[in-house]
Amino acid sequence: MATDISIAVAECPECGGHLGVPRGTVVGEILACGECLAELEVSSLAPIAVALAPEVEEDWGE
Amino acid sequence: MEEKMLLEVLSHRGGAEVVRIDDELIQAPLVGPIAAGSPAADLFGCDVVMLRGLSHYRQSALARLVEAWGLPVVNPAAVVDVCGDKFRTTLALAAAGVPTPQARVAFTVEGALAAIEELGYPCVIKPTIGSWGRLVARVNDRDAAEAVLEHKVQLGGSMHKVIYLQAYIDKPGRDLRAFVVGGQTAAVIGRRSEHWITNTARGARAERVEISVELAAICAQASAAVGGGALAVDLLESGDGLLVNELNSTMEFRNSVTPTGVDIPSLLVDHALSLATGN
Repeated sequence: MATDISIAVAECPECGGHLGVPRGTVVGEILACGECLAELEVSSLAPIAVALAPEVEEDWGE
Repeated sequence: MEEKMLLEVLSHRGGAEVVRIDDELIQAPLVGPIAAGSPAADLFGCDVVMLRGLSHYRQSALARLVEAWGLPVVNPAAVVDVCGDKFRTTLALAAAGVPTPQARVAFTVEGALAAIEELGYPCVIKPTIGSWGRLVARVNDRDAAEAVLEHKVQLGGSMHKVIYLQAYIDKPGRDLRAFVVGGQTAAVIGRRSEHWITNTARGARAERVEISVELAAICAQASAAVGGGALAVDLLESGDGLLVNELNSTMEFRNSVTPTGVDIPSLLVDHALSLATGN
């Protein structure tokens, strides 16, 4: 379910910085922290929460 | 990004109920009934399954699981398995007479060095399973080949014990990516890069390419060779004509809709829904 609010703010687990979560974001989406550039996965929309995105595995791809 | 685009298309399809399932949550019995209320039960209750995960091994298992339940899936397990393994892909293309670069397989460093001597330098060493240009090496001489192969065999996992070698094809600064659904080529982009690895994941720029009769025919042939479905076919423009390099069974298209003007996610959705209704 996409978030209904225009902008939500999440805290980066890597650097503690704050990143805006745009309207229309879905659970599982990958966002980048604007401060430390860490790749983050949206784990929850209500409340907003992000976690470090998993590392690319050897068999990942198209 | 692709999944959001697909969900956006589906949200406008009346009568199509979408169930998003995180494949990390799936655990299912292989014998006997599935417990109600589980993610596996949600999956079992679908009319068609579209796999969009990133892990080849997981997608292969899931495709086989849902097929065992009698469900149609994009893409079928046999297609996932062939497209996901470059060794199997080349065998399938060669068996069907689809033009493809010469390739060899070896199982030791010594065997691979002998194979590269047959193919000539420069030569390309690729993992059989992998994507986005990851761990793909172009070796220009024997010193480089020895180094790469030793590292591959010593440091890689068991998958790296099957050594896939491919002739290096000189291409005009780009390769081609065709989006082929049900055997029909819907759109083609050129992926242009200064680097010889031209995945858009590695920074290559996408440009629209006209679909020639020859290109459409070779894509149809390649699609049939691996079992059909919704595929991204990667081609090389060589001095000997078009060559099919690889096929991808979980296509990425985020950079291709705008340059081609083709609504690729809608084509994927149409394909999936047609399987659900049997049309």
